[in-house]
Amino acid sequence: MSDVLTDPRPETAAETATKVVDCDIHPSFRTPTEILDYLPSRWRDHARAFGIRPPNSMTGALAYPRMGGGMRQDAWPPTGGPPASDLEFMRAQHLDPLNIEVGILHCLNPGPSLMDLDFSAAYCAAMNDWQVDRWLSQEPRLRGTIVIPQEDTAAAVAEIEARATDPRFVQVAFVPRGIEPSGRRRYWPIYEAAAKHGLPVAMHTAPYGWRENTGAGNASFYLEEHYAVANPIQSAMTSLIFEGVFERLPNLKLVLVEGGFAWAAPLMWRMDREWARMRDEIPAVRRAPSDYVRRQVWLTTQPVEEPPRNADLKHLIRWLGADRIMFSSDYPHWDFDDPHRAFRIGLKPEEKSAILRDNARAVYGF
Amino acid sequence: MSTLTIDQPKQDLRIAGLGAVDCDVHPRLPMRADLMPYLSDYWQDMFPYRAIDRMELVGYPVGTQPFNRPDCEGGNKDVSALAKAHLDPLDLSGAILNVVSGAQGFYDPYLQAAACEATNRWIAAEWLDRDPRLRASLLVPFRHPEAAVEEIRRYRDDKRFVQVLAMGMGEEPLGRRTFWPIYDAAVENGFSLCVHGGSVFRHAPTQSGWPSSLTEEMVHWSQAAANSVASLLSEGVLTRHPELKVVMAESGVSWLFATIWRLCKEWRGIRLEVPWLKESPEIVIERQIRMTTAPLDAPPGGPEEMAALMACTGSSDQLLFATDFPHDHGGDLGVWPKELPQDWAADVARNNVIATYPRLEL
Amino acid sequence: MGKHVICRLEELPPGSSRRVDIEGREIAVFNDEGRLAALGNRCPHEGAELCHGLIRQFFAAEGAGEYEGTGKRMLRCPWHGWEFDLSTGQSYVDPARVRVRAFDVDVAPGEGLSEGPYKIDVYQIATEEDYVVLTI
Ligand code: FES
Repeated sequence: MSDVLTDPRPETAAETATKVVDCDIHPSFRTPTEILDYLPSRWRDHARAFGIRPPNSMTGALAYPRMGGGMRQDAWPPTGGPPASDLEFMRAQHLDPLNIEVGILHCLNPGPSLMDLDFSAAYCAAMNDWQVDRWLSQEPRLRGTIVIPQEDTAAAVAEIEARATDPRFVQVAFVPRGIEPSGRRRYWPIYEAAAKHGLPVAMHTAPYGWRENTGAGNASFYLEEHYAVANPIQSAMTSLIFEGVFERLPNLKLVLVEGGFAWAAPLMWRMDREWARMRDEIPAVRRAPSDYVRRQVWLTTQPVEEPPRNADLKHLIRWLGADRIMFSSDYPHWDFDDPHRAFRIGLKPEEKSAILRDNARAVYGF
Repeated sequence: MSTLTIDQPKQDLRIAGLGAVDCDVHPRLPMRADLMPYLSDYWQDMFPYRAIDRMELVGYPVGTQPFNRPDCEGGNKDVSALAKAHLDPLDLSGAILNVVSGAQGFYDPYLQAAACEATNRWIAAEWLDRDPRLRASLLVPFRHPEAAVEEIRRYRDDKRFVQVLAMGMGEEPLGRRTFWPIYDAAVENGFSLCVHGGSVFRHAPTQSGWPSSLTEEMVHWSQAAANSVASLLSEGVLTRHPELKVVMAESGVSWLFATIWRLCKEWRGIRLEVPWLKESPEIVIERQIRMTTAPLDAPPGGPEEMAALMACTGSSDQLLFATDFPHDHGGDLGVWPKELPQDWAADVARNNVIATYPRLEL
Repeated sequence: MGKHVICRLEELPPGSSRRVDIEGREIAVFNDEGRLAALGNRCPHEGAELCHGLIRQFFAAEGAGEYEGTGKRMLRCPWHGWEFDLSTGQSYVDPARVRVRAFDVDVAPGEGLSEGPYKIDVYQIATEEDYVVLTI
């Protein structure tokens, strides 16, 4: 067969020279207790005495344990510590060779989902201080995402206000698996605060949350769960549309992270059709749902879906539009995508630069 | 240009004349009075005593406006009305009746079994016996798999029941081993499995709880369908029964390609977790997963885009014609959906259906 | 084309791997519990360096839950975990379309090595030691 793949296509000189914006990098603590250094003593004592309690079923293992511990096996820093805990190694392995001009950090952390709301606020503030201290103040290419105690709306807004003037933070993180659907009224002040400051809201897929991971209950396998982690960002986008959030806040930008993007086209078709026949139920939604998506929603690419026939990806790009998607690597996780090899079709040069860099520059104003 | 070229004739194609089988038709919900003759003496006492009557699911609310075409008022109240409103004008050679009711919504496993069994008897006596074109899905109690198996065996020789009906959002993910006896019995007797949109509200329809509107909730039915495919695949149900066809009814069509593309990627990296899954997901799905055509959630752009969509999904052999009568998806019921290539009509309306249901004798 | 002496055997102890660059190629050389193997270093999927991969046996299952070790040695890519047959380079998940190149690799005693046809770039050959020899 002529299309037997033996070696990956070597990168071209143009590729190596292309500057990339990476919309999803996951920095890590050097040790599990590193966060304690950033907490006030009251909460440090609390954490030591009572633990850190999000609605996950266990600590010390994941309920859906991941292959290879969920990490790229080559991402362990030679100096010790977990992947992406060492800035020097992150530079050498990721930022430099991939020519990343801006890398946006997403701190996957339990802070926004802690059951104790006061601890949630303290933990989120500590995460933001940690981002500044360990990363943003050390490496000008990195940008931060404001972590907020989202289930306590007033505290979440206060945290946004406290960080919004620091230009190193470029967006607000909202965990799409909250206690209520993301578009419900309790969360509106958060979106208003983000929109007021021109900060996009980034929703990153969340493997753990308050409820089952499918509408029929919890799946059995990591394979299914890793499929279903893309669902909450779909539900969050749907919720923001049908609750009228985008209608109310036309300047709000929503960035959906680490859920791939193939689902977005058929979801737009489905939402438009249901809206057309059911719109009397939801008068606050004045436009076809896909209009809001095309105006206010962007998707990051990773994990890029893999069609059985690579060429079919072209249909998807046509249906969705190359202007909606922004490259993300998910470094240092196992399902990492390489900017020049994850799209296994010949993108047009302008599509490629839009996806790898220009869309993100425009969304974030870099 | 990457789209396929389809020469769609200008004039409409009528359904009448295709010998079509409509794979998703909804008779009215049976009331208590309908079911009483088919209940045991215990349940004949309990149904009125415990005020069990209409059994309409809030997660499949047939009383709401979009579930009723204004031009089909009363068209599903009994066999002759259905014939007049639907079977005759479309000249259908068959129609599969799906009762999506609260029969599967009770928590009491024995009550769930009683409600399912009585509904099946009612469907057989009041509908199937009265029009030879009618077929039906068998309701079985997923909360009581042994009783479900018995019910399937009971209908072994009544080939008018062609499939077992499961809710898209039911007790547990459909692949769970708890349900395997149901699938084993179904396959042993040639039944297909229908996974129908809707929820019995055992779990919130989304991972962050309950949407405010029915509109938003119904958008999620295709997500539930995708999760059901992932479950049946990962747990090994599909590969344990490679001859089993699973029909995703009233859940849309266009979501499946994205599901396949992601599942393929997942399987390549995570197959070690489920080494019993030896084929790439797209192979299993193309072989075994079917979808009904109402609603379609078609891409804008007409039949050419639909052809591209199904090429991304697998093939048009995965589509089964359905109207979802009497539910309102707009358009003229008697006309081939304008989004679907007319070239596909013979297969989608009939041949694919025959290939999907071993028990279907036309 | 030719045979290349790439290192002393003791520099590639059981359970270790190394990357070598020869004739413009990157090659991953493994010592899998005493058996040597060599594959192209770049994963055909997205280009991960296979020298960082894990070698384990291939697990199969007849039915759900019936895990069975087959003894067949597979390399797991360090990124997305695709499995490659260590001896042939064939991919399990897409055998018709995806494979990495496999190379012959052997142990040779130092005695006689310096006489050729071997290409020895970096090493002073000591006759009393064993060497890893790669054929390209
Ligand atoms: S790069 Fe090797 S499996 Fe993806």
